Amino acid sequence: MSDQQYRVILAKLGLDGHDRGIKVVARILRDAGMEVIYLGLRQTTASIIAAAEEEDADAIGLSMHNAGHLTLGPKMMEAISDAGLKIPLIIGGIVPDEDIAELEKIGIAAILGPGASAEEVAATVRDAISARD
Amino acid sequence: MRLDPYKGVRVGAEENPSLEPRELWKLEYDKARLREVPFETMSGVPVDPVYGSEPYPGQYPFTRGLYPSMYRSRLWTMRMFAGFGTAEDTNLRFKELLRNGGTGLSTAFDMPTLMGRDSDSEWSLGEVGRAGVAIDTLSDMEDLFADIDLSTVSTSMTINGPAATILAMYIAVAEQNGVTPNQLAGTIQNDILKEYQAQKEYIYPPRPSMRIITDMVKYTTAEMPKWHPISISGYHIREAGSTAAQELAFTLANGFAYVEAAIAAGQNVDEFGRRLSFFFNSHSDFFEEIGKFRAARRIWARWMKDRYGATDERAMMCRFHTQTAGVSLTAQQPENNIARVGIQALAAALGGTQSLHTDSFDEALALPTEDAARIALRTQQIVAHETGVTNVADPLGGAPYVEWMTDEMERQAEEIFAHLDDLGSGSILEGTFAGIENGYFVGEIADAAYRFEREVNSGQRIIVGVNEFTEGDRPEDRNLLRIGAETEEYQLKRLQNVKTDRNNEQVDKALAAITETASDSTQNLMPVIIDAVKTYATEEEIANAMEKVFGTYVERAIV
Repeated sequence: MSDQQYRVILAKLGLDGHDRGIKVVARILRDAGMEVIYLGLRQTTASIIAAAEEEDADAIGLSMHNAGHLTLGPKMMEAISDAGLKIPLIIGGIVPDEDIAELEKIGIAAILGPGASAEEVAATVRDAISARD
Repeated sequence: MRLDPYKGVRVGAEENPSLEPRELWKLEYDKARLREVPFETMSGVPVDPVYGSEPYPGQYPFTRGLYPSMYRSRLWTMRMFAGFGTAEDTNLRFKELLRNGGTGLSTAFDMPTLMGRDSDSEWSLGEVGRAGVAIDTLSDMEDLFADIDLSTVSTSMTINGPAATILAMYIAVAEQNGVTPNQLAGTIQNDILKEYQAQKEYIYPPRPSMRIITDMVKYTTAEMPKWHPISISGYHIREAGSTAAQELAFTLANGFAYVEAAIAAGQNVDEFGRRLSFFFNSHSDFFEEIGKFRAARRIWARWMKDRYGATDERAMMCRFHTQTAGVSLTAQQPENNIARVGIQALAAALGGTQSLHTDSFDEALALPTEDAARIALRTQQIVAHETGVTNVADPLGGAPYVEWMTDEMERQAEEIFAHLDDLGSGSILEGTFAGIENGYFVGEIADAAYRFEREVNSGQRIIVGVNEFTEGDRPEDRNLLRIGAETEEYQLKRLQNVKTDRNNEQVDKALAAITETASDSTQNLMPVIIDAVKTYATEEEIANAMEKVFGTYVERAIV
């Protein structure tokens, strides 16, 4: 599968309004040849799942800057699995190192922190998708 | 480019027509009470209070500072932003900051509070008390300010969408302690326009939000002479990715929009104008920041006088708070951030800020630990007490590069004002609404943010420790503040207790009064909101009572 066919849903889950990072990521993935569907702010797990199904997405990317990742990460994983979707979830934002293992343990495909380069961002998403193919 | 440097000097040219600007400045300077410290260099050389040419500090258009004696009379207020966990946790942090020489309080609220949601809302799951303090009812506010004399501290509260409710709670807590509204000093951010542009913590659509703000301006102008009802904030615009000139222009344009709305509501520009204050970012490009601060004062003074007809000089003064740039902090080698913050704090001091928050070095990783917050406060104390920059007002004024940068910032800002004026057919207020609706602001900010990231990514722009000089990061040594799940559980229990103990009949009546007042724009919302918080109605109940009339704002997703 080439990048051209990859469709990625990006969203902000919950109340967190920090959207600088996710908008930059949207453009990075677009420039890397992927199709990006940015849902915007204040999304719920239900609205994200609905969009992923509707768009036949290959991956979901969430941005989290409010230290809610240990609550919202598992909640999103549960929603993906309840919907029977087999697509990777990637989280970007502020996630302390010691939480990364915990998030990976519940099946979150990758965590992108501050300072990740454009190449790393695109490669991480691409690898996460091809690992499920 | 200097307009009318003589006009409107408060002890005015009219009274002393024969005096030169320097003599007028001297007259004012001599009246000022000075701090009792020697104004000399470390080596013992006495220095003048100001050097260079007019306009002198305290003279229109205030490019060189708002006051004739600047920091010789009073240092900037060292106002450290704090808030996490429960109200009791934050209260302890407040007292610690006051004991350490902090001179003003500044409150960070958690995301549910900022969005008008209670801790028990399904939206709040995982966010209660994490990025700030959780406030649901007056009971939380009572604990937040317990044992702090509200008649003597000045308090800044960073909240926008539900600002009226939080201000009402502050008034009610003060009243319980025998402090009347006219004794309360402080600022509530209450700058909703930049929420649609950058920070995204809105509840209602722009127009009804402006109605609430206009009501608050009216109320505080009448009842709270020491209160600043809006802090017009560029900080978040910059954090979202704008350039320095965009931060300057969007912020001042938002200020013009509030002025136009208040004038349209029949308010006197001289009365409310002197109660507006601003909030800027101090980023790492040293001279660009200093030029931005100087230009902000000059532009605001000119527009208030020439376009909005202010005659009181205090209504032309751009008073501002500054915070160092959170977005400049790196997660890699976080100790380096102490140096960044020091340089940014120095720029703010040289730019003539009235108050300053310095960021903690660990903020790219988590909320600051107490140790990191103390180092941040110490950093600005070093700038204030050890560097000597406070001896002389506007010490860089007259330097060719600094004057050019100030002019350049003003020129770029004027181009943006012209665009907004055009969009609004001669109204900056309408131009701002139009720019929110058509995605102008968010688009410009996203473009600038992306350009910056590309420069970092290509290595064209060096960020020390991130894309160059990367050896020496020690992630294993980090000591981060963690907020456990117990905060959320504890807060939920507290809220449940308040709901059980209150008189629900009174609550319902108070909420109905809010809905009724919301649908009648000739009435002021503040008194009914104050009544409602006293019944221990929750923040979300009050927000919903207005939402019934005002509706909800949903942003179009623009990348």
